[in-house]
Amino acid sequence: MSLSTWLLTDTPRSRAQARLGNAFLSATTLLSNRLTLIGLVLVLSMVVAAVFAPWLATQDPLAQSLAERLLPPSTMHLMGTDQLGRDIFSRVIYGSRITLTIVVLVAVIVGPLGLVIGTVAGYLGGAVDTVLMRVTDIFMAFPRLVLALAFAAALGPGIDNAVIAIAITTWPPYARIARAETIVLTGSDFISAIRLIGASKSRILIGHIAPLCISSVVIRLTLDMAGIILIAAGLGFLGLGAQPPAPEWGAMVATGRDYLIDQWWVATMPGIAIFMVSLGFNLLGDGLRDILDPKLR
Amino acid sequence: MTGPLLHIEDLHVDFHSRKGETNAVRGVSWQMGREKLGIVGESGSGKSLSVRALLGLVRPPGEVRARRLELDGVDLRALSARQWQSIRGRRISMVLQDPRYSLNPVMRIGDQIAEAYLAHHDVSHGEAQARALDMLAAVHIRDPERVARAYQHELSGGMGQRAMIAMMLMPEPEILIADEPTSALDISVQTQVLSIIDEMVTSRGMGLIFISHDLQLVASFCDRVLIMYGGRVVEERLAKELPTATHPYTRGLLACLPRLGERRESLAVLERDNAWSREVEAP
Amino acid sequence: MIEILDLHVRFGSVHALRGVSMTIEKGQSYGLVGESGSGKTTVLRALTGLIENWTGHIHFAGEALSHRRTKAFHKAVQMVFQDPYGSLHPRHTVDRILSEPLIIHGFDRIEARILSTLSDVGLGPSFRFRYPHQLSGGQRQRIAIARAIIMEPLVLLLDEPTSALDVSVQAEILNLLKRLQREHGLTFLLVSHNLPVIAHMCTRVSVMNAGLVLEELSSDELHRRRANSAYTQRLLAASEGYHPALVRDLAALAIEEGR
Repeated sequence: MSLSTWLLTDTPRSRAQARLGNAFLSATTLLSNRLTLIGLVLVLSMVVAAVFAPWLATQDPLAQSLAERLLPPSTMHLMGTDQLGRDIFSRVIYGSRITLTIVVLVAVIVGPLGLVIGTVAGYLGGAVDTVLMRVTDIFMAFPRLVLALAFAAALGPGIDNAVIAIAITTWPPYARIARAETIVLTGSDFISAIRLIGASKSRILIGHIAPLCISSVVIRLTLDMAGIILIAAGLGFLGLGAQPPAPEWGAMVATGRDYLIDQWWVATMPGIAIFMVSLGFNLLGDGLRDILDPKLR
Repeated sequence: MTGPLLHIEDLHVDFHSRKGETNAVRGVSWQMGREKLGIVGESGSGKSLSVRALLGLVRPPGEVRARRLELDGVDLRALSARQWQSIRGRRISMVLQDPRYSLNPVMRIGDQIAEAYLAHHDVSHGEAQARALDMLAAVHIRDPERVARAYQHELSGGMGQRAMIAMMLMPEPEILIADEPTSALDISVQTQVLSIIDEMVTSRGMGLIFISHDLQLVASFCDRVLIMYGGRVVEERLAKELPTATHPYTRGLLACLPRLGERRESLAVLERDNAWSREVEAP
Repeated sequence: MIEILDLHVRFGSVHALRGVSMTIEKGQSYGLVGESGSGKTTVLRALTGLIENWTGHIHFAGEALSHRRTKAFHKAVQMVFQDPYGSLHPRHTVDRILSEPLIIHGFDRIEARILSTLSDVGLGPSFRFRYPHQLSGGQRQRIAIARAIIMEPLVLLLDEPTSALDVSVQAEILNLLKRLQREHGLTFLLVSHNLPVIAHMCTRVSVMNAGLVLEELSSDELHRRRANSAYTQRLLAASEGYHPALVRDLAALAIEEGR
């Protein structure tokens, strides 16, 4: 029996087989969509670049060489050099680490936080719901970039603070989504059934409700990535994220502004990197929505 | 009247998916005139799909093919979208199961019904609204003006279904398809809605295709009955001859129903025979 | 076993149950028949504690019930829902669905119980690791029944258990339920709008309409079509199929009720 037949069988013989089969079906559906595949490739490229940066970068990203300032792209410098003679290609490669760090840290904070607040508010209802939702409203009332700026300015520059600032402004919609899903799910028969079995509230929230809300949160996260990356770039642009000489893409675009007309590559190359990764997450998010939603309905 | 109104020969509906091909309708053939034809089957029998094929409502990955699929001489197999517009609603119309989901929730009832008329007749809005009110009265709604101004969620199930029938009859079609029209309604309302359908169909000389899972209901309401199983028609009978049906599936269906007046310890269970369809598709 | 006295439930301005009373004996199969909106499902919800805003008296096994339910109650009283597609968690395997009640209530020999319950409802061990979307409607309902009986309850509440199933599958499930009742000595409270099903399954029946119990009948009386209230007569007539002669009477009655 081939592997795929074993995975797709209608009568799995163990928990592991059932779970793997499910995952396999999701994966093949995901990959069958060409646009999603492109998105996945773009995102993976960034991950690969970040992980294998020391081997992929052709030169030291911090090495300055005033004799080689502002050189156009060539075989020596694939993306040219910047105003301090540093190789832009290597800086873009190493910059992916910063972007990846920010994106992963924000996702890891925001997803679970929003999920917990949303499911608890949605399931318990009443006063708990009101309090939690008003707190959410307060955070949502501020324009994201402005609030991120305020926090970054108050906490001081640096990547960690940038991550905190972005996370604080990003979590409210996730709580809202999780709460909306929870309210719908609470009315379903399978939740009534588990309540009638005598399950505790925490068991229901963790084992029954949260797993069904995760899809919406994940989809929203992937689609939000582009926004998160741009805010991080925005903070970097304004000098509030990673500090020089760190090769943060937003900061690179900012310094490249001054040379935009004659030495366009200094700002454009990191700009393209930001664009590609944002696009990748968007395409991936769309594809994820297609596979995660129908199963639920 | 003269020849059959609807002529279907060797209809197939197949679905192509990653897991393989599903043959939902497998070589179905039947004809009908201006009569009440009932199609009975369980889920997975293909009854709804075969009728949706008549309206060109089977979309990819579904594929429809037939040797003959004709409405009064018009070949329904290769119509363009434009041509379908002149068939759907105008010549064949369909009433669905639940008016909560088949009526537009953001339009007033009167507007929806008027729209159904305007789609096929070139008259003024005022005229269409007036005809809508007439139609609502024809389906025995006592206060047509109030219902015309109402939205779908303000109506009860029975009223909603009557509004749906009014809407579907506006363009004066030749055939009305009713797909489980009373399944979502309370029992006491079912009879009323059925009598309205009966009256409308008879007075206008229309053909009616009545799809249901309820064999008893169809037998008492229709003139002729088709029984479908596994994508095939397994029996075709006059309604009044149904109790003497011969096919084991039909007999099985009749036998496994609990009935008032018959005390039984356990109900007869349908023994599915693979011979009824070449491969039995799990529902 | 179960005694309900003068039960009232209000949802906002809607008076869903207006003083409902009934008594269900141990081992009995009791039916509640009525149309949508009659309040029959609300009775089940109040009994199980799914809704808490009721007034009146509910007694179970001699003890008065408050608005909360104990774990012991949940072990003794279980429910099977109408929609087989909605009553099982879409992301849990059958194994998880059946083991969870056992884990919560501290049963031993979980695997053995799962296998024996599966076979009790007519499904083999090959079903153990399937997901609900890999099951047919009838199979899902069997799993729902398995989940309800795996804790060895005393009472089974059945909310339209076969209304969403094909007729041939309904026959199998009804036979299964009857057998389980016999073998495990269960008390049934069956709610349905389908008179023949209720008459087949139950020995005593309460007919409900608009939040009230109109009358209580034995299944014999139902089979013989002997009912006192006009409403019950109407339900009996409508369950026979379509008869044009009925239409005139029903039309008059319906206009009265503003349907």
